[in-house]
Amino acid sequence: MGRAWKFGDDIDTDAIIPGRFLTIYDPKELASHAFEGTRKEFAAEAKDGDVIVAGRNFGCGSSREHAPLALKGAGIGFVVAKSFARIFYRNAINTGVLPLVCPDTDKIADGAEVFVNLKEAYIEVNKKQYPLEPIPVFMMRIVEAGGLVEYAKMRGNK
Amino acid sequence: MGLTITEKIFSAHCKKECRAGDVVMAPVDGAMIHDITGPLAINVMKEMGGGSVFDPKKVIMLFDHQIPADSISAAENHVMMRTFAREQGIYNYDIKEGVCHQVVPEKGRVKPGDIVVGSDSHTCAYGALGAFSTGIGSTDMAYVLKFGELYFRVPDTIQINANGKFQNRVGPKDLILTLAGDIGADGATYRALEFCGNAFSDMDIPGRMTCANMAIEMGAKAGIVPPDEKTWEYLRGRTDCTPFSLASDEDAVFFEKRNYDVSKINPKIAVPHNVDNVVDVTEVAGKSIDQVFIGSCTNGRYEDFVEAAEVLGDNVFSEDVRVIMVPASKAEYMKVLKAGLIEKFVEAGALVEAPCCGPCMGGAFGILAPGEVSLSTSNRNFRGRQGSTESFVYLSSPATAAASAVTGVITDPRRV
Repeated sequence: MGRAWKFGDDIDTDAIIPGRFLTIYDPKELASHAFEGTRKEFAAEAKDGDVIVAGRNFGCGSSREHAPLALKGAGIGFVVAKSFARIFYRNAINTGVLPLVCPDTDKIADGAEVFVNLKEAYIEVNKKQYPLEPIPVFMMRIVEAGGLVEYAKMRGNK
Repeated sequence: MGLTITEKIFSAHCKKECRAGDVVMAPVDGAMIHDITGPLAINVMKEMGGGSVFDPKKVIMLFDHQIPADSISAAENHVMMRTFAREQGIYNYDIKEGVCHQVVPEKGRVKPGDIVVGSDSHTCAYGALGAFSTGIGSTDMAYVLKFGELYFRVPDTIQINANGKFQNRVGPKDLILTLAGDIGADGATYRALEFCGNAFSDMDIPGRMTCANMAIEMGAKAGIVPPDEKTWEYLRGRTDCTPFSLASDEDAVFFEKRNYDVSKINPKIAVPHNVDNVVDVTEVAGKSIDQVFIGSCTNGRYEDFVEAAEVLGDNVFSEDVRVIMVPASKAEYMKVLKAGLIEKFVEAGALVEAPCCGPCMGGAFGILAPGEVSLSTSNRNFRGRQGSTESFVYLSSPATAAASAVTGVITDPRRV
């Protein structure tokens, strides 16, 4: 259960973490600059378990993995959006910030309490359930391994 | 049923028929890392257990975003990457050669039919040479560095058929901005764009690079121009490869086909803060600007500077505009230098900087203050991209940028 941070369409990687911070790669330090300039209170107020709820094409732009890492550092476990940009989607899976596709994000208000049920593929807000699109099977293998690093370790030890 | 170029490239690499939608593990022919996303990839590779890279000859390393190092942390990242290159036997172009998406093709590190990945979203640029190339994140890159292969979902293809002849001072950048406006910032997500028709076969390789570079601005995984005589001519002397045929079959299945008559395209501009906010330059003509940037992996080639010089003519740049020009590579810089253009630009009031990404990402220099307006030949105008989140970035062709730099306001290049 976490608070919803509501965003609109086309939230780009420059908005998530501006270019001038890309020499940093510690998630906590990146988190202190997350959404700097576009949503200043995020870095100070985001708590472990909070959820980002957004519109279409979340994470468009750069391949910078600093974007999901900054969210991870801020305690964000899930990004729920109508759709994701391709590179961000993969990066999010790989870094363990799960990207969840939900067509109903317009119905979720900023600050709402969001409960994610991954197993049954829905999110619950104000006692209403909204279905999530399942994570593709090949992506789920990576998630289940604990991320691409763990997946690679399993393979490397074979 | 036939195959698209993309399906053919994956089929050849996976040694089985691959169709759009298939998820495959495919070997890569090249893996590019630079100073921004490289350190993270190297660190993650170490987390994965370290060891040797799959093939040092297939790993391409260079620094382009923050060069010369503009902060202690950037300098530390450079040191860390240089050490890794030395340990692994990877050739590092370091800060000397220029922007990744210019250097990789220029040095013959990509060929038609290759699968190349780079930890930079504009890696799709190498599709100009008929490769399947795509941007990936640092963790995916760490996996590639270690194992030499990666999971891909073979994408559907949107075929763009562009025919006709461009109006004077209208060109590839105006075409790709037109496409971005029509298709939208996420209209090609998880698809490949295939660029066909005589507008592309007539286009030189630099123009094709401009178009393939911006496929990602529509969410596309790749942008591919079928290789032709111009491609093989470009590659001659850069890399060994024998010309072969690589085109989509006539009965290949496309997600969509779109047709364009490029003679009807006017100079275009993407207005803040999305790349698909595209209008005719005439609609925003007269808007005053503070900075013009001509450069980047989209439009930092010799041909772009020749076009800018033609538009500049005997004029000087407006006193009210800071003009920053950055050739995309050492080789392009030398061509511009030897043609006498650097002298011309500096005399006219421009700063001409050494090859690097420049203001494109808002990393090293040319940062905008709140309220300032930039006209840039680069590929992104996201809020805060080139500095303050209260600044404004417009995107255009080099001709429009040069015309506007002369007048101090956004200007239709056909009118200068």
